[in-house]
Amino acid sequence: MTIIFSIIVFAMVLIVGFHVAPLMTWVERRQCAFIQRRVGPNRVGIFGFTLFGLGQPIADAVKLLFKEDGNPSYVQPFFYFIAPLIPPVTGLAALMVIPFGAQDTFFGTVFSPQVLSVGAGFLLFFAMSSMSVYGVTLAGWSSNNKYSLLGGLRASAQMISYELGMGLSLIPIVLIYQTLDLQQIVYAQSHSYLFGFLPDWGIFRAPVSFFIFLITIFAETNRLPFDLAEGEAELIAGFLVEYGGMRWSLFFLGEYAMMFAFSGLISCLFLGGYSLPYLTHESLIHIVQPILGSFGSIAVFLIEFATLIVKMSIIMLIFVQVRFTVPRFRYDQLMKLGWVTILPLALINLFVTALVLGYSSFK
Amino acid sequence: MIYSPYYNVLVVFIALIGIITLISLLAIFLGPKKENQAKKEAYECGIPSPHTAQQKLSVKFYLVAILFILFDIEVIFLYLWALNFQELGWFGIIEIFLFLGILLVGYLYILQTKALDWES
Repeated sequence: MTIIFSIIVFAMVLIVGFHVAPLMTWVERRQCAFIQRRVGPNRVGIFGFTLFGLGQPIADAVKLLFKEDGNPSYVQPFFYFIAPLIPPVTGLAALMVIPFGAQDTFFGTVFSPQVLSVGAGFLLFFAMSSMSVYGVTLAGWSSNNKYSLLGGLRASAQMISYELGMGLSLIPIVLIYQTLDLQQIVYAQSHSYLFGFLPDWGIFRAPVSFFIFLITIFAETNRLPFDLAEGEAELIAGFLVEYGGMRWSLFFLGEYAMMFAFSGLISCLFLGGYSLPYLTHESLIHIVQPILGSFGSIAVFLIEFATLIVKMSIIMLIFVQVRFTVPRFRYDQLMKLGWVTILPLALINLFVTALVLGYSSFK
Repeated sequence: MIYSPYYNVLVVFIALIGIITLISLLAIFLGPKKENQAKKEAYECGIPSPHTAQQKLSVKFYLVAILFILFDIEVIFLYLWALNFQELGWFGIIEIFLFLGILLVGYLYILQTKALDWES
């Protein structure tokens, strides 16, 4: 029974994950257009129903599938072929540690709606996000093009530099909640209140961690203002130069999947995950159970799933908003920010959190 | 066979690799094939490249990679301490501050030798 539930949850996660990338291309272009006072893509429709141009991603996907899949003569064929496969696989695999609902009894089986519910929790997430560096680096190296090589190198140096700040910024969260299991972290956030009225979310407990983490995920996913790996103005498109058609878009699938996974992690660690503020899982069950009976736990799971998706979508919209608001950094500024500002700031944050927690719990 | 949640990782990876490979293979079969000489050249500036792009790199990239390994191991140690924070108490805090202090000296040395200065 557990296996069947696992498969259902995995299928839901996969369906959502695969739809995020095409939808986000449309959202991104549309939001960009609104920021720049344009209309954006709004023409593509099916049988005259345009629906704000929501047909655009479908048309794009079809176009990309039927484009010529170039096979240049100077590349290293094997690595050139496998490099685009790595970012989407790792990005979507990172989604499996995110809990999409509270642990509950579904038809007599205790199950936690999370593809991988183990104690290692978000350390596995970090492993996945680090693996995606390989895709970018291999793409840059195997393309045998100077722009690609520089883009790939830049991306790898930048991603590993910001991983330090990212890892350090989450230690206060582990100190506060004393676990790496995201399910338990979300549980702790939804079941107590700070000062009696604020939900006990990570963002209120460790605001500095939240902002450091938010900055580092921009660098980790190679998004503007840190997209120096692509940097159109200087490197044309960086590691993407030699790619075209579907393989090119696989990098974007990977990027959006990674953004989505990171927004899931940030929602679970800092924004209460699937829990609605002031409504614990038990009180939701108490409201829904009398109406729906034994399907109550399924309904509650769907409500929690939707809550998490809404929180993740808000973070994704912040990604897009920042992209069109902040100008691009220079590469030395980027590395300096990572090593000279974020790393010490994360360390100081860690010191202060440890001292405050130690003072309040050991006296 | 005893069920372990880690089997899910295996299933997830097989499924994902299968789907993604399928998509990229599909694109190879569906797309047109029109080859010409210009398409086969590196997308650089139009002048034939005298040599391959895979040459010597700036040593800074290696330096960043080495420093990253040092500090990343530190981060992993900190996770172990953070998980046992309540049991270790003040002893753990003082020990980890000493550990971080030693690493901080190394960090200051890195800054002082301009290892992270990209302009030089």
